[in-house]
Amino acid sequence: MGIRTLIVMLVASILLIAFLALKPAYSLFLPGLLEGALLTAKITVLGCLLAVAMGVLAALGKLYGPAPIRWLANLYIEIFRGTSALVQLFWLFFVLPQFGISLEPFTVAVLGLGLNVGAYGAECVRGAVTSVARGQWEAATALNMTRAQMLRRIILPQAFIAMIPPWGNLFIELLKSTALVSLITLSDLAFKAQQMNQTTMKTIPIFTLVLLIYLAMSLVITIGMRYLEGRMSKGLARGRTV
Amino acid sequence: MWDWAFTLEILPTLAKAAVISIEATLIGFVLAAVLGLVLALVRIAIPWTAWPISVLVELIRSTPLLIQIFFLYFVFPSFGVTLDAFTAGVLALGIHYAAYCSEVYRAGFDNIHRGQWEASTALNLSAWTTFKDIIIPQAIPPIVPALGNYLVALFKETPLLSAIAVLELMQTAKIIGSETFRYTEPITLVGIFFLIMSLVSAAFIRAAERLLNRRPAR
Repeated sequence: MGIRTLIVMLVASILLIAFLALKPAYSLFLPGLLEGALLTAKITVLGCLLAVAMGVLAALGKLYGPAPIRWLANLYIEIFRGTSALVQLFWLFFVLPQFGISLEPFTVAVLGLGLNVGAYGAECVRGAVTSVARGQWEAATALNMTRAQMLRRIILPQAFIAMIPPWGNLFIELLKSTALVSLITLSDLAFKAQQMNQTTMKTIPIFTLVLLIYLAMSLVITIGMRYLEGRMSKGLARGRTV
Repeated sequence: MWDWAFTLEILPTLAKAAVISIEATLIGFVLAAVLGLVLALVRIAIPWTAWPISVLVELIRSTPLLIQIFFLYFVFPSFGVTLDAFTAGVLALGIHYAAYCSEVYRAGFDNIHRGQWEASTALNLSAWTTFKDIIIPQAIPPIVPALGNYLVALFKETPLLSAIAVLELMQTAKIIGSETFRYTEPITLVGIFFLIMSLVSAAFIRAAERLLNRRPAR
């Protein structure tokens, strides 16, 4: 989809929310839902930061680490990609306390989702790093750079551009997964919706608003990542033509 | 910390629940694969539907599956359509992944060279015959791995059905946990079960990929 269509969809969904807010049947629920959306946004942002950090660390560990670190990275990636996100959240929430580690639900949410998406991210970082042309490594070796210098100055900046679209998809996955944290007692958007639904039984307005709010949030991520990709690859094209 | 006797005691109950998880996965995936194919075909056959379908796909892909499950389970009854929990959950899984599958099919069809269509026209084949005998046999094999990945992804989403009280693996583990106050064994077992199933299906997908790539190139 073109970026213009996405922006039109975003504006349309925000206008629709605003229009619905004029009706008393809908405006009743909006403040509570927006409060939940704020928590959803907080978890998404922190989770994304953790996911990026874990993704880069695990990918570099898997690619260039000594054997034990490589195994550890592989173990992390396979376990978190192989099991369900909800199972991971429940494990952190219900099972860890029995080993004497009690975490706040908010910490569990950020940790669980960040680690889960980070494992997927590791594979996309690895793909992007290995897609950088061999000649770049050879040229950096010829310039007598250390491996850390090569990675920092030559490889990662180029791999970064290839990483943006898959990370954009993962950030949206993370945003959508935040709906799971409602099941570990956090009052995010999905939780608020369920709570209001149980007390008022006004299902249509509540869930319509919730869908629109989630849609608007993921469109913001998609548009932001497209913009970032456009800006970053502009620099790359200039560098190549020189 | 880990009670083996308790583990053995709950294993049969969890195994029974696993059957329901697998059932939901298979029905959901068949729904997703068929519905996705229909979406992709309609999009090609009737050009003006391309824009509405891509907006629909974007809508489905940008909202959480959990909310879609709630939507089918809680909102549809107000329109007079009451679904039981399992049906609502499987339907939501199927529709959600149909959106993803339709994009996979579309990529598969887009990869078929224009010349194949032109050659079929030259041979006076009807559009339907071209599709059935020329396009689909070439388009489907390369996308099997992508569809396989969505099968595994869908399987890992089935614990969401616990939110509307379908007695699948996660819900059963939660019930065992709340009855016995021991969450360690049931939830860890569920995790291990998913890990094993994912690794096994990943191996199957890789085998299928190898098998399909052995076919002569076009």
